[in-house]
Amino acid sequence: MTDLFRQFRDFFVSLRLTVVLLVLSMLLIFAATLDQVHLGIWAVQEKWFRSLFVLWLIPGTAIPVPIFPGGYLIGAFLLVNLVSAHVYRFKLTWRKAGIFLTHAGLILLLVGELLTGLWQEEYQLQLKEGETKNFSESYRFNELAIIDATDPKFDDVVAIPEKLLAAGIPVQHPKLPFRVVTKDYFPNAALRMRGAGPAESPSVATAGIGMQVAVTPLAPTYKQDERNWPAALVELVGPDGSLGIWLVSPQLGAQQTFDYGGHTYRLALRFQRAYKPFALTLLKTTHDIYLGTDIPKNFSSRIRLTTPDGRDDREVLIYMNNPLRYAGLTFYQYQMDAEHATSVLQVVHNPSWLLPYISCAMMALGLVVQFGMHLGGFIGRRAVPAINREERQGREARRDF
Amino acid sequence: MKRSIPFLFLLLGLAIVARSFFPPRNPGKFDVAGFSRLPVLVNGRVKPIDTVARTSLLVLCSATANDSSESSLILTPDHRGLTPGEWLLDVFFAPAKADTYQVIVIDNPDLLTLLNLRREDAMAKRRYSFAQIEKALPELERQARLAEPVDHQARSAFQRSVVQLQANVILYLRLKESLASPDSQDFLGDLLSFQKNLPAGIEAMRQKEAGKTYDSAATRQLIEHGSRFDHMSQLGYLLAVPPAAGEGDGNGWKNVGSSLIETFQTGEVSAPVMAYAGLAHTWRARQPAEFNEIVRLYRVELEKGFPKALAKGDAEMRFNAIRPFYSAMTLYVLAFFLAVLSWVKWPAELGRAAFWLVALAWVLATAGILTRMWLEGRPPVTNLYSSALFVGWIAVGFCLALEYFYRNAIGSAAAGLIGFGTLLIAYYLSLGGDTLEMMRAVLDSNFWLGTHVVTVVAGYGATFLAGFLALIYIVRGVLTPSLDRATADALARMVYGIVCFATLFSLIGTILGGIWADQSWGRFWGWDPKENGALIIVIWNAVILHARWGGLVRQRGLMCLAVCGNIVTSWSWFGVNMLGVGLHSYGFMDSAFVGLIVFVATQLGFIALANLPLEKWRSFRVRP
Repeated sequence: MTDLFRQFRDFFVSLRLTVVLLVLSMLLIFAATLDQVHLGIWAVQEKWFRSLFVLWLIPGTAIPVPIFPGGYLIGAFLLVNLVSAHVYRFKLTWRKAGIFLTHAGLILLLVGELLTGLWQEEYQLQLKEGETKNFSESYRFNELAIIDATDPKFDDVVAIPEKLLAAGIPVQHPKLPFRVVTKDYFPNAALRMRGAGPAESPSVATAGIGMQVAVTPLAPTYKQDERNWPAALVELVGPDGSLGIWLVSPQLGAQQTFDYGGHTYRLALRFQRAYKPFALTLLKTTHDIYLGTDIPKNFSSRIRLTTPDGRDDREVLIYMNNPLRYAGLTFYQYQMDAEHATSVLQVVHNPSWLLPYISCAMMALGLVVQFGMHLGGFIGRRAVPAINREERQGREARRDF
Repeated sequence: MKRSIPFLFLLLGLAIVARSFFPPRNPGKFDVAGFSRLPVLVNGRVKPIDTVARTSLLVLCSATANDSSESSLILTPDHRGLTPGEWLLDVFFAPAKADTYQVIVIDNPDLLTLLNLRREDAMAKRRYSFAQIEKALPELERQARLAEPVDHQARSAFQRSVVQLQANVILYLRLKESLASPDSQDFLGDLLSFQKNLPAGIEAMRQKEAGKTYDSAATRQLIEHGSRFDHMSQLGYLLAVPPAAGEGDGNGWKNVGSSLIETFQTGEVSAPVMAYAGLAHTWRARQPAEFNEIVRLYRVELEKGFPKALAKGDAEMRFNAIRPFYSAMTLYVLAFFLAVLSWVKWPAELGRAAFWLVALAWVLATAGILTRMWLEGRPPVTNLYSSALFVGWIAVGFCLALEYFYRNAIGSAAAGLIGFGTLLIAYYLSLGGDTLEMMRAVLDSNFWLGTHVVTVVAGYGATFLAGFLALIYIVRGVLTPSLDRATADALARMVYGIVCFATLFSLIGTILGGIWADQSWGRFWGWDPKENGALIIVIWNAVILHARWGGLVRQRGLMCLAVCGNIVTSWSWFGVNMLGVGLHSYGFMDSAFVGLIVFVATQLGFIALANLPLEKWRSFRVRP
């Protein structure tokens, strides 16, 4: 064994590294929590936890400087430290069983959290009483949908993620006879009808409703309960030149229609959708408050769940702390607007949701076993006759401060 | 003589407790206590009027009466003391008098200027009467309209006090409209004549609608009554009229105004409304015998439909009067000083006295917490206030166990400190109003409140205890020569053991919280501030344990880390609530920020003290 290897090994199995990493992770979490006031919960996760390094932009420039190890880096080191220490020192004894179980649970928890970060998808499903939907919508991301509606029997949809519009990359899709070119993009914007304000610059849009609408860019919001309303000016360019420039935004209620090359298209920037192989119908919302207050007591939604093949057709009740788990998705009661009989469900896809439950049980059991042995030992020692005890205390006292 | 010391102190403690158990007496000939026991529904909960009186006063005055006498808080202009019940009776039934009582607290100097108030005219330098404020109400309302759209956290101190005062004034106005119309000189007479003339009035109304000739005086009177009752139903704060069907799920209670509006259909004023109108009449006319008789009769009537609510209400009123946490606070202080004294003189006797007092206080606190749980039908921790009670309870519980094993008064001293500190925090948190609150939908789960919340808060308690034991180590070691080697070792073992418990509780509690979040929000972990706070406590306890196992710290280092645990825990208990972001921040609070900063600063001071070289430690320098 070379010296270098031994040094390497000693570094990775040391408790000192564990302590340093734990302290670093604590500082990371603390700083990230403070940063939430400015950045909001989503941006904080990207910046502090789902990153190798926390980057800081030098003011006035776009040059990022790593200022702190990010969550993935610290997590990875902790994982390596934990695994290598256990492999190196592994001895199957009862005395160590509790510690071993606790740490195995911790490893599972860290892995589970990593998988959640990679796999979890969150959407929302907003339903009015009586309404049926077979898709949920993202509350953070949007997409530009170009729908070929020529055939009345079905729609042929091309959905372009907002990210591509924001980056300004022209998109050429094999299904579309034109390119999509972003002329302008605002991550958050307010729309109003033209003509109301004083002298305005001429509209950039040359087709659709956009010619009558003025766009005011807004600073992006980071508040957890607000969403950004993007707007974009997109030009569609065919082989023979431009078809026109459209203003698109999820705030424009209706889709804009145009004809090209014998096909009828509809165009809209909308909340990103995830379609499901089943449909949900909101039958009834219930919203109770405590008498004489405006404190909500309970929200619940009675939902009818149907699949096209007719195999599932049943009623379910979703309420606080009682979600519906179906087809790998979980539906939670999220918000409710009793006045408009509207219910918002949170739809989560997280294949690794069971891991925390297992790791929790392992860690709890491990700690109980370990500290139980400590406590048992402590009480057992106290039962030893006093003379012995003093002798032992004398021995312990020789240890230093 | 020496041997009887513990018994003497135990007797003293029992005397302190026993004194609070005397049933509340009526201050005069009126059966104010009987009135205060009547049930009403406020903020979603059926409670005795006594609780309404006390919590309203707490909110308005932001203070409670001191221990000596219930009637020390409010003084009439002729310097008569009033109990909370008497005060509320005047607010309900003699509002012109009540308007002159100085109960509404205003501290902000800019606001005082705006309202043309001078500190010299205030009671206790900060409380003003409604009559003093009344002239400036339109200006207050204008300022409140300006301040209310501003986000809670972004409000300036002035804006916060404007909004606060506006809320207090509204509370006061609503109280006045609760049981009788404040504009009416004789509400009972009004109601009786209203009831008598109702058929004629309705008939006249019909005639008018049919376009026939009608009695215009009768319709005018009907409309006047209607609009007055409507006003009362809009503002009335107490839902004082119980449902006819008897005890149900707490629904169906109405306020007096709404009940009176229904009279237009039924033709008869309901019995509870008549009873309260009768009380109004007799209270104003100073007829105690008649007043007491109405209270008695109404109570008998209520006993038929609401025996359970009345029994609970009576217990709650006794609980309010006994104030177990107040007595416990006194006992903790006493126990702390006895424990410290025992390190100087008579260790066995004074130590035992301290232990017994702590045990007595703990039993009292246990009884208090159990009573609250029974009244609310909930696990012990439901809001910030009850978390303070529970942190103290669990920490003192551990102290009793430590003291039982070690008998060196350290457990009692720590118990005195933490018990007093947490109850003091609880007192300041109680200034927000009734602490038995209703649970929001997402929190409405006794299972998770009972498991996740209780274990997390137990983790707070254990972490604090470890930190306070470490403080005792540092203070005794540096400032006194009393920390001998055996005591130091014992303290180190105590801290280590308690940190183990803290790790266990905070880890399990945090993970249970994750599972609850998975159940109700759809994700196990969302990096929400409260979750992060809990996680930081777990990590910090893990740091202490690993540093100890790895030999990175010895006794002194362990103590410094444990004191750091105090900072970490206080941040995650209160600091994250001050950020005002995240799904968990239901109980926002802004005034405790200074307190938190001061606490953190003192803890850093203790850590600096511990880092003095060993030869500066008075306990250690004498040794070779």
